Amino acid sequence: MSKFRKKKSNELPPVSTASLPDIVFMLLFFFMVVTVLRDDNLLVQNKLPKADQVEKLKKDRSVYIYAGKPSARYQESFGTEAKIQIGDKYTDISNIKFALTEARQKLRPELQDKVMVALKVDEETNTGMVTDIKQELRDLNMLKIIYITTPGNELD
Amino acid sequence: MARRATPEVNAGSMADIAFLLLIFFLVTTTIEKDSGIGRQLPPKEPPTDEQVKIKEKNLFIVNVNREDQLLVEQNLMDLKDLRQAAIEFLDNGGAPAGSPEYCDYCKGSRNPESSDNPDKAVISVQNDRLTSYKMYIAVQNELVAAYNYLRDRESQRLYGWKFTEMTKNLNEGKIKGEVAKEQLQEKLQTIQKLFPQKLSEAEPKKSGS
Repeated sequence: MSKFRKKKSNELPPVSTASLPDIVFMLLFFFMVVTVLRDDNLLVQNKLPKADQVEKLKKDRSVYIYAGKPSARYQESFGTEAKIQIGDKYTDISNIKFALTEARQKLRPELQDKVMVALKVDEETNTGMVTDIKQELRDLNMLKIIYITTPGNELD
Repeated sequence: MARRATPEVNAGSMADIAFLLLIFFLVTTTIEKDSGIGRQLPPKEPPTDEQVKIKEKNLFIVNVNREDQLLVEQNLMDLKDLRQAAIEFLDNGGAPAGSPEYCDYCKGSRNPESSDNPDKAVISVQNDRLTSYKMYIAVQNELVAAYNYLRDRESQRLYGWKFTEMTKNLNEGKIKGEVAKEQLQEKLQTIQKLFPQKLSEAEPKKSGS
Protein backbone atom coordinates (compact mmCIF):
# COMPACT_ATOMS: atom_id res chain seq x y z
CA MET A 1 0.00 0.00 0.00
CA SER A 2 2.64 2.43 0.94
CA LYS A 3 4.27 1.81 -2.37
CA PHE A 4 1.38 3.49 -4.11
CA ARG A 5 0.89 6.28 -1.69
CA LYS A 6 4.42 7.47 -2.02
CA LYS A 7 4.04 8.45 -5.65
CA LYS A 8 1.24 10.89 -5.04
CA SER A 9 2.30 14.25 -3.80
CA ASN A 10 -0.25 16.53 -2.24
CA GLU A 11 0.68 19.56 -4.35
CA LEU A 12 -0.82 20.18 -7.73
CA PRO A 13 1.76 20.00 -10.47
CA PRO A 14 2.31 23.44 -11.99
CA VAL A 15 0.76 24.00 -15.41
CA SER A 16 3.46 23.96 -17.98
CA THR A 17 3.73 27.24 -19.80
CA ALA A 18 6.27 25.98 -22.25
CA SER A 19 3.76 25.88 -25.09
CA LEU A 20 2.50 29.38 -24.42
CA PRO A 21 4.87 31.02 -26.91
CA ASP A 22 3.70 28.58 -29.55
CA ILE A 23 0.08 29.46 -28.99
CA VAL A 24 0.82 33.14 -29.01
CA PHE A 25 2.89 32.82 -32.17
CA MET A 26 0.06 31.00 -33.86
CA LEU A 27 -2.31 33.84 -33.02
CA LEU A 28 0.28 36.35 -34.07
CA PHE A 29 0.71 34.78 -37.49
CA PHE A 30 -3.04 34.66 -37.96
CA PHE A 31 -3.41 38.36 -37.29
CA MET A 32 -0.36 39.21 -39.36
CA VAL A 33 -1.87 37.44 -42.33
CA VAL A 34 -5.35 38.93 -42.07
CA THR A 35 -4.23 42.44 -41.24
CA VAL A 36 -4.73 45.03 -43.89
CA LEU A 37 -3.11 48.19 -42.77
CA ARG A 38 -5.35 51.06 -43.73
CA ASP A 39 -3.80 52.56 -46.79
CA ASP A 40 -6.11 55.50 -47.12
CA ASN A 41 -6.32 58.14 -44.49
CA LEU A 42 -9.87 59.36 -44.44
CA LEU A 43 -10.10 63.09 -44.98
CA VAL A 44 -13.86 63.21 -45.39
CA GLN A 45 -16.80 62.25 -43.25
CA ASN A 46 -17.89 58.83 -44.30
CA LYS A 47 -21.17 57.65 -42.92
CA LEU A 48 -22.33 55.19 -45.52
CA PRO A 49 -25.98 54.68 -46.42
CA LYS A 50 -27.68 51.40 -45.61
CA ALA A 51 -28.70 48.73 -48.08
CA ASP A 52 -29.39 45.02 -47.97
CA GLN A 53 -29.42 43.91 -51.61
CA VAL A 54 -25.66 43.85 -51.82
CA GLU A 55 -22.81 42.01 -53.43
CA LYS A 56 -19.30 41.65 -52.12
CA LEU A 57 -16.49 43.81 -53.35
CA LYS A 58 -13.50 42.16 -54.93
CA LYS A 59 -10.75 44.04 -53.22
CA ASP A 60 -7.86 43.15 -55.47
CA ARG A 61 -9.38 44.89 -58.46
CA SER A 62 -10.92 47.97 -56.97
CA VAL A 63 -10.12 51.62 -56.78
CA TYR A 64 -11.68 53.68 -54.04
CA ILE A 65 -13.26 57.08 -54.36
CA TYR A 66 -14.38 58.80 -51.20
CA ALA A 67 -16.69 61.76 -51.10
CA GLY A 68 -18.32 63.80 -48.42
CA LYS A 69 -17.86 66.84 -46.26
CA PRO A 70 -14.31 67.32 -44.96
CA SER A 71 -13.73 65.76 -41.54
CA ALA A 72 -14.19 68.03 -38.55
CA ARG A 73 -10.49 68.76 -38.13
CA TYR A 74 -10.08 69.82 -41.76
CA GLN A 75 -13.18 71.95 -41.94
CA GLU A 76 -11.34 75.05 -40.82
CA SER A 77 -9.03 74.99 -43.80
CA PHE A 78 -11.22 73.34 -46.42
CA GLY A 79 -14.71 74.52 -45.56
CA THR A 80 -17.82 72.40 -45.33
CA GLU A 81 -18.54 71.85 -49.01
CA ALA A 82 -18.50 68.19 -50.04
CA LYS A 83 -15.18 67.08 -51.47
CA ILE A 84 -13.81 64.09 -53.34
CA GLN A 85 -10.87 62.12 -52.02
CA ILE A 86 -8.80 59.65 -54.00
CA GLY A 87 -5.80 58.05 -52.34
CA ASP A 88 -4.55 60.33 -49.63
CA LYS A 89 -5.61 63.71 -50.89
CA TYR A 90 -8.54 65.81 -51.97
CA THR A 91 -9.15 65.79 -55.67
CA ASP A 92 -11.02 68.24 -57.78
CA ILE A 93 -13.69 66.90 -60.12
CA SER A 94 -11.63 67.96 -63.13
CA ASN A 95 -8.62 66.10 -61.79
CA ILE A 96 -10.39 62.79 -61.21
CA LYS A 97 -9.26 61.22 -64.45
CA PHE A 98 -5.61 61.69 -63.67
CA ALA A 99 -5.96 60.47 -60.10
CA LEU A 100 -7.90 57.40 -61.14
CA THR A 101 -5.47 56.44 -63.86
CA GLU A 102 -2.73 56.70 -61.30
CA ALA A 103 -4.67 54.57 -58.81
CA ARG A 104 -5.38 51.97 -61.45
CA GLN A 105 -1.71 51.55 -62.20
CA LYS A 106 -1.13 50.38 -58.66
CA LEU A 107 -3.28 47.30 -59.26
CA ARG A 108 -1.92 44.01 -60.54
CA PRO A 109 -1.43 44.26 -64.30
CA GLU A 110 -3.74 41.40 -65.22
CA LEU A 111 -6.59 42.96 -63.28
CA GLN A 112 -6.20 46.47 -64.56
CA ASP A 113 -8.84 46.19 -67.25
CA LYS A 114 -11.27 44.48 -64.89
CA VAL A 115 -11.08 47.41 -62.55
CA MET A 116 -14.05 48.16 -60.35
CA VAL A 117 -14.62 51.56 -58.83
CA ALA A 118 -15.84 51.53 -55.27
CA LEU A 119 -17.71 54.67 -54.33
CA LYS A 120 -17.68 55.41 -50.64
CA VAL A 121 -19.92 58.39 -50.40
CA ASP A 122 -21.30 59.98 -47.28
CA GLU A 123 -25.05 59.74 -47.00
CA GLU A 124 -25.46 63.49 -46.65
CA THR A 125 -23.88 64.23 -50.00
CA ASN A 126 -25.95 65.44 -52.93
CA THR A 127 -26.61 63.05 -55.77
CA GLY A 128 -25.34 65.67 -58.19
CA MET A 129 -21.78 65.09 -57.07
CA VAL A 130 -22.09 61.35 -57.58
CA THR A 131 -23.47 61.97 -61.05
CA ASP A 132 -20.49 64.15 -61.89
CA ILE A 133 -18.16 61.38 -60.78
CA LYS A 134 -20.06 58.86 -62.86
CA GLN A 135 -19.77 61.05 -65.93
CA GLU A 136 -16.01 61.19 -65.49
CA LEU A 137 -15.92 57.42 -65.08
CA ARG A 138 -17.81 56.98 -68.31
CA ASP A 139 -15.27 59.18 -70.04
CA LEU A 140 -12.52 56.99 -68.67
CA ASN A 141 -14.38 53.85 -69.66
CA MET A 142 -14.33 52.48 -66.14
CA LEU A 143 -17.89 51.29 -66.20
CA LYS A 144 -18.12 48.83 -63.37
CA ILE A 145 -18.94 50.66 -60.18
CA ILE A 146 -20.15 49.65 -56.77
CA TYR A 147 -21.79 51.89 -54.21
CA ILE A 148 -20.38 50.76 -50.89
CA THR A 149 -23.04 50.57 -48.21
CA THR A 150 -23.40 49.32 -44.67
CA PRO A 151 -25.73 46.44 -43.87
CA GLY A 152 -29.22 47.43 -42.84
CA ASN A 153 -32.22 48.98 -44.44
CA GLU A 154 -33.26 52.59 -44.71
CA LEU A 155 -36.84 51.62 -43.92
CA ASP A 156 -36.14 50.34 -40.42
CA MET B 1 39.98 26.84 -21.91
CA ALA B 2 39.39 24.38 -24.68
CA ARG B 3 35.71 23.77 -24.44
CA ARG B 4 33.14 25.72 -22.64
CA ALA B 5 29.52 24.71 -22.75
CA THR B 6 27.60 27.43 -24.57
CA PRO B 7 25.13 28.90 -22.15
CA GLU B 8 21.54 28.44 -23.21
CA VAL B 9 19.67 31.51 -24.28
CA ASN B 10 16.84 32.25 -21.97
CA ALA B 11 13.67 31.89 -23.99
CA GLY B 12 11.41 32.91 -21.17
CA SER B 13 10.82 36.38 -22.58
CA MET B 14 9.88 35.01 -25.98
CA ALA B 15 6.25 34.91 -24.92
CA ASP B 16 6.37 38.56 -23.90
CA ILE B 17 7.79 39.63 -27.23
CA ALA B 18 5.23 37.60 -29.09
CA PHE B 19 2.45 39.06 -26.97
CA LEU B 20 3.63 42.55 -27.73
CA LEU B 21 3.52 41.89 -31.45
CA LEU B 22 0.19 40.14 -31.12
CA ILE B 23 -1.35 43.10 -29.38
CA PHE B 24 -0.01 45.46 -32.01
CA PHE B 25 -1.60 43.46 -34.81
CA LEU B 26 -4.81 43.01 -32.86
CA VAL B 27 -5.15 46.74 -32.54
CA THR B 28 -4.29 47.63 -36.12
CA THR B 29 -6.40 44.91 -37.72
CA THR B 30 -9.47 46.03 -39.55
CA ILE B 31 -11.07 43.04 -41.15
CA GLU B 32 -12.86 45.08 -43.73
CA LYS B 33 -15.64 43.50 -45.64
CA ASP B 34 -16.94 46.02 -48.07
CA SER B 35 -20.14 45.27 -49.85
CA GLY B 36 -22.51 47.36 -51.84
CA ILE B 37 -24.79 47.74 -54.82
CA GLY B 38 -23.04 47.03 -58.08
CA ARG B 39 -23.84 48.91 -61.25
CA GLN B 40 -22.71 48.88 -64.83
CA LEU B 41 -22.55 52.34 -66.32
CA PRO B 42 -23.67 52.82 -69.91
CA PRO B 43 -20.69 53.32 -72.20
CA LYS B 44 -20.19 56.67 -73.81
CA GLU B 45 -21.42 56.60 -77.35
CA PRO B 46 -21.48 59.26 -79.99
CA PRO B 47 -24.88 60.93 -80.02
CA THR B 48 -27.23 59.49 -82.57
CA ASP B 49 -30.40 60.94 -83.98
CA GLU B 50 -32.05 57.59 -83.62
CA GLN B 51 -34.41 57.61 -80.71
CA VAL B 52 -35.23 54.35 -79.03
CA LYS B 53 -38.95 54.27 -78.62
CA ILE B 54 -40.27 52.85 -75.41
CA LYS B 55 -43.98 52.70 -74.97
CA GLU B 56 -45.36 54.74 -72.15
CA LYS B 57 -46.86 51.68 -70.52
CA ASN B 58 -43.52 49.86 -70.48
CA LEU B 59 -41.87 52.66 -68.59
CA PHE B 60 -41.96 52.94 -64.82
CA ILE B 61 -40.85 56.39 -63.86
CA VAL B 62 -39.51 57.01 -60.39
CA ASN B 63 -38.90 60.64 -59.67
CA VAL B 64 -37.03 61.83 -56.60
CA ASN B 65 -37.09 65.51 -55.83
CA ARG B 66 -34.76 67.68 -53.77
CA GLU B 67 -36.83 67.13 -50.65
CA ASP B 68 -36.31 63.37 -51.01
CA GLN B 69 -39.92 62.78 -51.92
CA LEU B 70 -40.91 60.03 -54.31
CA LEU B 71 -43.12 60.48 -57.32
CA VAL B 72 -43.88 57.12 -58.90
CA GLU B 73 -45.92 57.14 -62.09
CA GLN B 74 -47.23 60.61 -61.21
CA ASN B 75 -48.31 59.55 -57.72
CA LEU B 76 -46.68 60.44 -54.45
CA MET B 77 -45.44 57.30 -52.78
CA ASP B 78 -43.69 56.24 -49.61
CA LEU B 79 -40.40 54.44 -49.90
CA LYS B 80 -41.80 51.35 -48.24
CA ASP B 81 -44.37 50.87 -51.02
CA LEU B 82 -41.87 51.23 -53.84
CA ARG B 83 -40.70 47.61 -53.83
CA GLN B 84 -44.21 46.21 -54.18
CA ALA B 85 -45.09 48.72 -56.89
CA ALA B 86 -41.99 47.78 -58.87
CA ILE B 87 -42.72 44.08 -58.50
CA GLU B 88 -46.26 44.57 -59.75
CA PHE B 89 -45.03 46.56 -62.71
CA LEU B 90 -42.33 44.08 -63.73
CA ASP B 91 -44.44 41.01 -63.17
CA ASN B 92 -47.50 42.40 -64.92
CA GLY B 93 -47.22 40.61 -68.26
CA GLY B 94 -49.86 42.68 -69.99
CA ALA B 95 -49.32 41.35 -73.50
CA PRO B 96 -52.32 39.26 -74.61
CA ALA B 97 -52.02 35.48 -74.67
CA GLY B 98 -50.90 34.19 -78.06
CA SER B 99 -48.92 37.27 -79.03
CA PRO B 100 -45.11 36.88 -79.34
CA GLU B 101 -44.65 39.17 -76.37
CA TYR B 102 -46.77 37.01 -74.12
CA CYS B 103 -45.12 36.26 -70.80
CA ASP B 104 -46.01 32.78 -69.61
CA TYR B 105 -44.19 32.93 -66.29
CA CYS B 106 -45.59 36.24 -65.10
CA LYS B 107 -47.98 36.07 -62.20
CA GLY B 108 -49.10 39.67 -62.22
CA SER B 109 -52.50 41.18 -62.83
CA ARG B 110 -52.06 41.22 -66.66
CA ASN B 111 -53.25 44.77 -66.81
CA PRO B 112 -53.04 45.91 -70.47
CA GLU B 113 -52.26 49.43 -69.24
CA SER B 114 -49.02 48.31 -67.59
CA SER B 115 -45.87 46.59 -68.89
CA ASP B 116 -46.06 43.97 -71.66
CA ASN B 117 -43.44 41.61 -70.28
CA PRO B 118 -40.37 41.84 -68.02
CA ASP B 119 -38.07 42.07 -71.02
CA LYS B 120 -39.80 45.21 -72.25
CA ALA B 121 -40.27 46.79 -68.85
CA VAL B 122 -37.86 49.58 -68.06
CA ILE B 123 -37.55 51.36 -64.74
CA SER B 124 -36.34 54.89 -65.07
CA VAL B 125 -35.04 56.80 -62.09
CA GLN B 126 -34.84 60.55 -62.25
CA ASN B 127 -33.02 62.41 -59.55
CA ASP B 128 -32.62 65.99 -58.69
CA ARG B 129 -29.05 67.12 -58.18
CA LEU B 130 -29.93 67.99 -54.61
CA THR B 131 -31.41 64.61 -53.75
CA SER B 132 -29.49 63.14 -50.86
CA TYR B 133 -27.26 60.19 -51.56
CA LYS B 134 -28.97 58.30 -48.77
CA MET B 135 -32.29 58.50 -50.57
CA TYR B 136 -30.70 57.63 -53.89
CA ILE B 137 -29.23 54.43 -52.47
CA ALA B 138 -32.46 53.58 -50.69
CA VAL B 139 -34.38 53.84 -53.97
CA GLN B 140 -31.80 51.78 -55.84
CA ASN B 141 -31.88 49.21 -53.07
CA GLU B 142 -35.64 48.84 -53.26
CA LEU B 143 -35.57 48.45 -57.04
CA VAL B 144 -32.82 45.84 -56.91
CA ALA B 145 -34.83 44.11 -54.20
CA ALA B 146 -37.82 43.95 -56.55
CA TYR B 147 -35.71 42.29 -59.24
CA ASN B 148 -34.17 39.91 -56.74
CA TYR B 149 -37.58 38.92 -55.45
CA LEU B 150 -38.81 38.00 -58.90
CA ARG B 151 -35.60 36.25 -59.85
CA ASP B 152 -35.68 34.27 -56.63
CA ARG B 153 -39.23 33.21 -57.38
CA GLU B 154 -38.45 31.98 -60.88
CA SER B 155 -35.24 30.34 -59.79
CA GLN B 156 -37.06 28.52 -57.03
CA ARG B 157 -39.65 27.32 -59.50
CA LEU B 158 -37.17 26.14 -62.15
CA TYR B 159 -34.25 24.88 -60.10
CA GLY B 160 -35.47 24.80 -56.52
CA TRP B 161 -32.73 27.16 -55.48
CA LYS B 162 -32.94 30.89 -54.92
CA PHE B 163 -31.14 33.16 -57.36
CA THR B 164 -29.49 35.24 -54.65
CA GLU B 165 -28.25 32.11 -52.89
CA MET B 166 -26.85 30.72 -56.13
CA THR B 167 -24.93 33.91 -56.77
CA LYS B 168 -23.68 33.99 -53.21
CA ASN B 169 -22.46 30.41 -53.32
CA LEU B 170 -20.74 31.00 -56.62
CA ASN B 171 -19.02 34.15 -55.44
CA GLU B 172 -17.85 32.59 -52.21
CA GLY B 173 -16.29 29.73 -54.09
CA LYS B 174 -18.45 27.07 -52.48
CA ILE B 175 -19.11 25.45 -55.84
CA LYS B 176 -16.35 23.01 -56.64
CA GLY B 177 -15.40 21.88 -60.10
CA GLU B 178 -15.44 23.67 -63.43
CA VAL B 179 -18.45 21.79 -64.78
CA ALA B 180 -20.63 22.59 -61.80
CA LYS B 181 -19.61 26.22 -62.02
CA GLU B 182 -20.48 26.47 -65.68
CA GLN B 183 -23.82 24.81 -65.14
CA LEU B 184 -24.63 27.26 -62.41
CA GLN B 185 -23.54 30.20 -64.55
CA GLU B 186 -25.90 28.98 -67.23
CA LYS B 187 -28.78 28.76 -64.80
CA LEU B 188 -28.05 32.26 -63.58
CA GLN B 189 -28.06 33.56 -67.11
CA THR B 190 -31.40 31.90 -67.82
CA ILE B 191 -32.92 33.60 -64.84
CA GLN B 192 -31.34 36.90 -65.77
CA LYS B 193 -32.89 36.58 -69.17
CA LEU B 194 -36.33 36.06 -67.67
CA PHE B 195 -36.02 39.21 -65.61
CA PRO B 196 -33.33 41.40 -67.15
CA GLN B 197 -32.38 44.31 -64.95
CA LYS B 198 -33.34 47.34 -66.95
CA LEU B 199 -32.73 50.26 -64.70
CA SER B 200 -32.14 53.45 -66.52
CA GLU B 201 -30.96 56.65 -65.01
CA ALA B 202 -31.82 59.93 -66.53
CA GLU B 203 -29.37 62.79 -66.31
CA PRO B 204 -30.33 64.61 -63.15
CA LYS B 205 -32.15 67.82 -63.58
CA LYS B 206 -30.72 71.04 -62.35
CA SER B 207 -32.31 71.95 -59.12
CA GLY B 208 -35.36 74.13 -59.38
CA SER B 209 -36.26 73.16 -62.92
